[in-house]
Amino acid sequence: MKLTLKVWRQRDAIDKGRLATYDVEAHEDMSFLEMLDVLNEELITSGEDPVAFDHDCREGICGTCSMVIDGQPHGPQRATTTCQLHMRHYNDGDTIVIEPFRSGAFPVIKDLIVDRGAFDKVIQAGGYISANTGSAPEANANAVQKEHADRAFAAANCIGCGACVAACPNGSASLFLGAKLTHLGELPQGQPERYQRVVEMVQTHEDAGFGGCTNTGACATACPKEIPLDVISQLNRDYLAATVGGKKKG
Amino acid sequence: MSEKSRAGGAAAPRRPRTPSALLKFVMAVSGVFLLLYVVLHMIGNLKIFFGPAAIDEYASWLRTILEPALPYEGMLWIVRVVLLVSVIAHIWSATVLTLRARRARPIKYAGGSYRVKGSYAARTMRWGGVIIALFVIYHLLDLTFGVANPNGVHLEVYDNIAAGFAPERWYVTLFYVLAVVALGFHVQHGIFSGIQTLGWSSNSRERTIKVVSTVFAVVLTLGFISVPLAVTFGVV
Amino acid sequence: MTDANSHQNHSDTDSGTGLYSDYTTGEPVVDKAVPSGPIETRWERRRFGVKLVNPANKRSKKVIVVGSGLAGGAASATLGEAGYQVKTFCYQDSPRRAHSIAAQGGINAAKNYRNDGDSVYRLFYDTVKGGDFRARESNVHRLAEISRQIIDQCVAQGVPFARDYGGLLDTRSFGGVQVSRTFYARGQTGQQLLLGAYQALERQVQAGTVEMFTRHEMLELIVVEGRARGIVARDMVTGEIEVHTADAVVLCSGGYGNVFYLSTNAKGCNVTAGWRAHRKGALFANPCFTQIHPTCIPVSGDHQSKLTLMSESLRNDGRVWVPTKLGDDRGPNEIPHEERDYFLERKYPAFGNLVPRDIASRAAKEVCDEQRGVGPGGLGVYLDFDDAIQRLGRKAVEAKYGNLFEMYERITGENPYEVPMRIYPAVHYTMGGLWVDYDLQSTIPGLYVGGEANFSDHGANRLGASALMQGLADGYFVLPVTIGDYIAKHNLDDVPEDAPEVQEAVKSVTDRIDQLLSINGTRTVDSFHRELGQIMWDYCGMERSEEGLRKALDRIPELRREFWSNVKVPGTGAELNQSLEKAGRVADFLELGELMCLDALVRRESCGGHFRAESQTEDGEAQRDDENFSFTSAWEYTGRGQAPVLHQEELVFEYVHPTQRSYK
Ligand SMILES: Cc1cc2nc3c(=O)[nH]c(=O)nc-3n(C[C@H](O)[C@H](O)[C@H](O)COP(=O)(O)OP(=O)(O)OC[C@H]3O[C@@H](n4cnc5c(N)ncnc54)[C@H](O)[C@@H]3O)c2cc1C
Ligand code: HEM
Ligand code: HEM
Ligand code: SF4
Ligand code: F3S
Ligand code: FES
Repeated sequence: MKLTLKVWRQRDAIDKGRLATYDVEAHEDMSFLEMLDVLNEELITSGEDPVAFDHDCREGICGTCSMVIDGQPHGPQRATTTCQLHMRHYNDGDTIVIEPFRSGAFPVIKDLIVDRGAFDKVIQAGGYISANTGSAPEANANAVQKEHADRAFAAANCIGCGACVAACPNGSASLFLGAKLTHLGELPQGQPERYQRVVEMVQTHEDAGFGGCTNTGACATACPKEIPLDVISQLNRDYLAATVGGKKKG
Repeated sequence: MSEKSRAGGAAAPRRPRTPSALLKFVMAVSGVFLLLYVVLHMIGNLKIFFGPAAIDEYASWLRTILEPALPYEGMLWIVRVVLLVSVIAHIWSATVLTLRARRARPIKYAGGSYRVKGSYAARTMRWGGVIIALFVIYHLLDLTFGVANPNGVHLEVYDNIAAGFAPERWYVTLFYVLAVVALGFHVQHGIFSGIQTLGWSSNSRERTIKVVSTVFAVVLTLGFISVPLAVTFGVV
Repeated sequence: MTDANSHQNHSDTDSGTGLYSDYTTGEPVVDKAVPSGPIETRWERRRFGVKLVNPANKRSKKVIVVGSGLAGGAASATLGEAGYQVKTFCYQDSPRRAHSIAAQGGINAAKNYRNDGDSVYRLFYDTVKGGDFRARESNVHRLAEISRQIIDQCVAQGVPFARDYGGLLDTRSFGGVQVSRTFYARGQTGQQLLLGAYQALERQVQAGTVEMFTRHEMLELIVVEGRARGIVARDMVTGEIEVHTADAVVLCSGGYGNVFYLSTNAKGCNVTAGWRAHRKGALFANPCFTQIHPTCIPVSGDHQSKLTLMSESLRNDGRVWVPTKLGDDRGPNEIPHEERDYFLERKYPAFGNLVPRDIASRAAKEVCDEQRGVGPGGLGVYLDFDDAIQRLGRKAVEAKYGNLFEMYERITGENPYEVPMRIYPAVHYTMGGLWVDYDLQSTIPGLYVGGEANFSDHGANRLGASALMQGLADGYFVLPVTIGDYIAKHNLDDVPEDAPEVQEAVKSVTDRIDQLLSINGTRTVDSFHRELGQIMWDYCGMERSEEGLRKALDRIPELRREFWSNVKVPGTGAELNQSLEKAGRVADFLELGELMCLDALVRRESCGGHFRAESQTEDGEAQRDDENFSFTSAWEYTGRGQAPVLHQEELVFEYVHPTQRSYK
C-alpha cells in the first residue's frame, strides 16, 4: 500500500521543527515501526537524515516507543503500543501524521524522540519500598489478599511510556503517578512509607512541570496497558489523607 | 543527584509550587457548596408552580429563617458569604490550573485532535464555567438587583419573573435555557470529577457514579429551565 | 595464559595474514576463586573468606556498572546501599527499559512451597543436566542456593508475584521440569522484577550513592596496569565522548543474540561492551552456545525487524503439529486429525509437547526441512488449542492465555481461538559470554561480568526461567560481595584523566567514529546486519556442520571488509545519531559472528543448544562427546580477523554425573 507520511522533523532541542512529507510503500503485515524502518532505509540511501524515533523491545513492554499518530499517542488501536500497531489497520492512499509526545515536561530531543527523564525523577522521590538487599523476611510470611494482589498487579503493569501525559489536555502525569502509588499502596510491604511517598511524589510531579489533573480521562483511554482511571482517585485519597488528614508522619 | 542524568522538565528549576492535587481539592469543595446552592435554588424556584403567592412567601421566608436568633436576612447573608468565597476559590483554582495546563501542554497536535479524549462535558469545563459566570452576573442584574428586569421590584419575585420571561422577551428565556444547559454539562462532569478528586471513586463504582451524575444533571437542568419556559409559554 | 596488557594495541584493519580458523591452543584457564570442599558450603565459605572494606572507606571507592537490567540494576542498587560511589550506564532513556523487562514466563527458585520434592539440590541437578553438562557445578549450586533469597528480596520490594486464593505465592511448572518452582507475575515476570530492581536503583540515586547515566553507550574499556579502571562512553544525545574511571568495572550488558539480526531480543541489544573488553584481553567463553526458542511468531516477510516470543507456557496446553502429507495446502481446520502429525508427541512420548527448548526447536526445523512446514515460506508449525478448548472450555483457556492470544492476533491478524497459531523457533538467549571465575571476575582483574553477559551458569542450554534467577543472583548477592573483596585487597590510586591509557582509549573511540562517518559508501548499516544475520542463521543456527561453518568463516570476513569500505552512516558524531550507534554495534557483531562460527567449528560434538550435524545418534538426537569436549572454550583475541587463541577450562563433575540426556 502507498502511504503519505507527515513526520515531525526537528534537528535538536533548539530547532523549531516542522512537518515533512514523505511517500512510503508499506505492506500490511508490517508493524508501524517496520514501516518507518523502510522509510529510513530509503532516506539513508538517498543521502538524507533518517527519522529518529525511540524504540527497543518492539513487543509492547519496555515503554520506549513513543509517538503520536494522527493525534493519538501510540495510534488508533486500543491497548496497543506503537511497536505493536500493524499496518493492516491502514488503507492504500492514507495520510498519516506522526508527531512527538507533546508535553512541557517532555522536551523534544530530536524528531520524534522526547526526554522522559521526569518520570525517573518522580520515581526517585519515593516510588519504591525501602528494602535493602539481604534484609528481607521469608517471602511467604505475609499473605496478600487476592483482591489486593490483583489490584496491585493491574497498576504495576504501567510501562512508563508517557502516553498518558501526551494525551492529557493538562499535560498531567497523574495516571502514571497513581499507578505507582496504587501498586505500592495495595501491598502490606508498601504501608510504612505510604503517606510520605505520596506527598514526595506529588511534589516532584509538580516541580517537574506536569499539569494538574481535571479528571478528563483521556489518559486512561490512551494508556496501552489500560491502567484504570481509579488509580488517580487512589492518588487523591492518599494525598488528602496525608496532607489534609495529617497522616504524613515526619 | 546526578549531574548527567538528563533533567526532566523545562530547563530552569522552579520553586516548589502548590500541588495541583490541593488546588483540585479546593475546587471540589467549593464546587460542592455551589452545587448545594443551585440544587436548593432550583427546588425553591419550583414553588412558582404553586402560584404567585407561594414563591413570594418563599422569598420572604428565606429572609426570616431562624429569626429572631439571626437578624433579618441573616441566613441569606451567611449563604451569600459562603457562596462568594466558594466562587472566588473555585474560579481562582480553575484559573491557576488552566494556566498550568497551558505550560504543561504548550503545543497542539497537528494530526487532528485526539478522538477519544474524554467526554464533551469534560472538555468544556473551562468554557462552560465562564459561560456560567457571565450568566450569573446578568442573572443578578436581572432578578436580584432588578436593573435588567422590566419590573425589577425587590421581593416581587413572581412579577419580576413574569416580566423577565414574558413571551416577547423570548431571547432572555433562550439565554437562560442555554446557560442552564451549560450548567448541566458542567455539573454532570463536575460531580464525577469531584468524587474522583476527593478520592471516593473506584473502578467498580465508576459507571454508577457516571450514571448518577448524568441523572442528577438532567434533573437539575430540567428543573431550572421549566420555570422560564413555563412563563414564556404562559403555563403559569 | 598471556598477560592481558600485551594485546591492547591491536590493529583495527582486516590485514591479518593467515586463516582465522587456524586458531592455536594456549594454556588452560583455571578458576582460582572457587573454594574446594563440600559443594553445599562453598559459597558460605567464600563469603566468609572475603576481605571487607571499612565502611568509611567505601564512600571513596568507585564502581562503574554498565547495564541496568536485572543484573546491572540489582548490582547498582546493592552496591549503592553498601555505600560505594556507583555510576550506572544504560543506552535506553531510562534504566527501567533494559531488555530484562521483556521476560515473560517466570523465575525459578527452590522454595519448595508445593512440597513436591523440590530442593536446592534438585534445582542444582536440573540446571547442570539441563545445561547438558557444560556448566560449572560450583556456580550452579550457588545459584540454586541464592534462588530462595531472591524471592524473599523481591517480595519485600513489592514485586506483585501471582498468588493463590489464600494469598500465598503461587508457582507453576515451566520448561520441562517436573516440579513446580517457577514464580511468575502473569506474563510479565521480567517486567515486575526489573521494576523492583529499578526502583531500588532510583532509591539510591535519590540517596546520592548512584549516579545514573541514561542514553550513554560504553564504547571502550580503560585498562591501566593490567586492571580495569574505567570506561569511555558516548553521550548519545550530544555525542560527547566521556571518560569515567573507578576502582572496578562491572559489565551487565546483556546477551548478543542480535548477531542474528532477527531474534527475540530488543533492537538495541548488542555485544559492544563485552566485545570491547574482549579486545582488551578478557577471554570470551563458549560463544557458539545459543538458545533457540521454539515458540515464536514466524517471520512474515523481508521487512521483519525482530521476532516475538510467545510464552513457553503455551506448550502446556497447546499441541504442536504439521500436516502428515507433503505439500498439503488445505487450511488447518480442514485437515482431519488422522492427517496431522503431532510430531513432538510422536517422537517424545514421555514429555510430548513439553520437551526442552532445543529439542522442540530442532524437531520443528526437521519437519520444515521435510517441506511440511506451514505459513509463509513453509517456515512454521501449528500450535493448536483445539483440544484444550474442548477439554477446558474457551473461558478457561482465555483466563490462562488470553493476553498471549491477543498479542498473537495483534501481530498476525489471525484469531488463535479459531485458527491454530503458527510458531517457529527463533534465537532467544546466548549462554556464552565473557569468561568469569567463581567471583564473576573476568581475566582482566577488576573487570566483573554479570547476567547474560557472562557465560557462567547455564552450560550449553539454559532452562526456562533460569536467566532471571541468574541475573538477580549475580546482581543482588554475588557481585557486591566479590567486588568488595577485590576493592578491599587493592587500594588503588585514582587514574588521572591524562594517563596515556585513558588517552589511548579515547582516541580509539573517536578514531572509530570518525572512520565510520567518513566511509560514506552506498549500503545502510541494517543491510549489513541483515546479511550477517542470515549467514549466522543458515550456518550457525539450529544445526551446524563443518561445511556450513567453513562457508560462514569465508563469508563473514568478506562482509566485514565490505562494511568497512562501503557502509553509509549519515549525520555527524556530535548529535543524536541512531545510524552511528547501530554501525558501531554491527561492526562488533561482524567480529563476534566469526568467533561464534569458529567456536562452533571447533566443538565437534552436539550439546545443548549446539547441534553439530556430524554428531548425532542414530535416531537424530544430539550426541555429546564428554571424552573430548568436557571443557569450556575461552577465546583470546589477537586482532581483527586474526586467528585467536583457545584456552580450555576443564569441567569436573563431582556431584552430577554426565549422562546422555533423554526425553523419550
Ligand atoms: C522475550 C524474552 C523472554 C524471556 N523470558 C524469560 C523468562 O521467562 N525467564 C527467564 O529466566 N529468562 C527469560 N529471558 C531471558 C532474560 O530475560 C535475560 O537473559 C535477562 O533478562 C538478561 O538480563 P541482564 O541484566 O543480563 O541484561 P539486560 O536486561 O539485557 O540488560 C542489559 C543492559 O545493558 C545495557 N547496555 C548494553 N550494552 C551497553 C553499552 N554498550 N553501553 C551502555 N549500556 C549498555 C542496556 O542498556 C541494559 O541496561 C527472556 C528473554 C527474552 C528475549
Ligand atoms: C462561576 C463559574 C465557574 C467556573 C469558571 C467553573 C470552572 C470549573 C472548572 C474549570 C472546573 C474543573 C474542571 C474539571 O474538573 O474538569 C470546575 C469543576 C467543578 N465545578 Fe465549576 N465552575 C464554575 C461554576 C460552577 C458552579 C456554579 C457549580 C455548581 C453547580 C460548579 C460546580 C463544579 C463542580 C462540582 C466541579 C468539580 C470539582 C472537581 O473536579 O473536583 N462550578 N469548575
Ligand atoms: C433558570 C431559572 C432560574 C430562575 C427562574 C432563577 C430565579 C432567581 C430569582 C427570582 C432570584 C432572586 C431571589 C431573591 O432575590 O429572593 C435568584 C437569585 C439568584 N440566582 Fe437564580 N434563577 C435561575 C437560575 C439560576 C442559576 C442556574 C444560578 C446559578 C448558576 C442562579 C443563581 C442565583 C444567585 C447566585 C442568586 C442570588 C441569590 C442571592 O440573593 O444571594 N440562578 N434567581
Ligand atoms: S499509565 Fe499507561 S500511558 Fe501512562 S506511562 Fe503508564 S503505561 Fe504509559
Ligand atoms: S487525561 Fe489528564 S486530566 Fe486527569 S484524568 Fe487523565 S490526567
Ligand atoms: S518498543 Fe518497547 S514498548 Fe514499544
